[in-house]
Amino acid sequence: MKYIEPHGHMVSRITDDYERMAMAGCVAICEPAFWAGFDRASSQGFFDYFRQITEYEPKRAAKFGIDHYSWLCINPKEAEDMKLAEEVMDLIPQFIDKPGVLGIGEIGLNKNSRNELAIFERHVQIAQDHGSLILIHTPHLEDKLKGTRLMLDSLRNFSGIDPARVIIDHVEEHTIDIVLDAGFWAGITLYPESKCTPHRAIDMLEGRRAESIWMNSACDWGISDPMAVPKTMQQMRKRGWSAEMIEKVAWENPCSFMRQSERFKL
Amino acid sequence: MSNWKAPEPVNLVDLGFMDARSKLLDVAAFMDRVERAGQADDFRVKALRQAIGCLDLEQPERAKEMLLVYSDLSSEPIEKATMQGAIGTVNR
Repeated sequence: MKYIEPHGHMVSRITDDYERMAMAGCVAICEPAFWAGFDRASSQGFFDYFRQITEYEPKRAAKFGIDHYSWLCINPKEAEDMKLAEEVMDLIPQFIDKPGVLGIGEIGLNKNSRNELAIFERHVQIAQDHGSLILIHTPHLEDKLKGTRLMLDSLRNFSGIDPARVIIDHVEEHTIDIVLDAGFWAGITLYPESKCTPHRAIDMLEGRRAESIWMNSACDWGISDPMAVPKTMQQMRKRGWSAEMIEKVAWENPCSFMRQSERFKL
Repeated sequence: MSNWKAPEPVNLVDLGFMDARSKLLDVAAFMDRVERAGQADDFRVKALRQAIGCLDLEQPERAKEMLLVYSDLSSEPIEKATMQGAIGTVNR
């Protein structure tokens, strides 16, 4: 069955992963800008990174028949350095109109600091100025609930933000309802230990009738699994899900959200 | 408009019992291990003990309640991030 990986950091993955994902039915991968595992020394590092995710990575994916899309930002882990963050945000206009760029992301909070929140709001303004979709990262573990609440409060202050054009990712059982009930899309991340297992993801999907939710692997340089989405689809079959409903979650939902960008071609 | 179709009923106990049994035993063994090592007073172990209490809840919201045990429930942004990672539970 065809599926979309709506959140994968493919710059961190080997080429074999593209091959395995293609063989499992992956048709498109969307790559948000993120932390490289270390703090970059200057905005020049981001310039090269933005070139990599907007120019090079789509070619690597295309060798396996996979469409590649990207999102731009400085991630919250590096946003504590306001000067660097401003320099990186100044680069975004050079890249935002490239063919596969879907919007601004994954912006958000990490430790819920004032600087992170200020840079989050600057990104939201950039997205608003360009009419872009927004992909939001919520903090890890003990910081997730607070960060989710802070960002929801912040977004309410932007009169021009349409929640249907914003996806808030990495939700778990304690945050999914406040995100969806506010009209935003929610992403469930299938990530060992620190985020969500396939069965917990399916529980949440069933609890919310699979409406306005996508699931992703967020595969990156850490211990993560680029095959997490098809593996969860397999668990859905075991739990009595119809092919039609699996396709809704793995294909139709991400398509519905991303088709709000004219650059998404599926 | 929702086009939700509920899954066909399956025996979820057949599907998940052995996995849950194994994970719970691992938790029990971990608690034994840290106690033998004299590390049971670590705030993370205390949080685990509190989270384990959520298993006794009557409502099917145990996972959510467990996550709330681990969560920072404050509401104001911190002045400055002094670390980049997360620990897994707030130190109450």
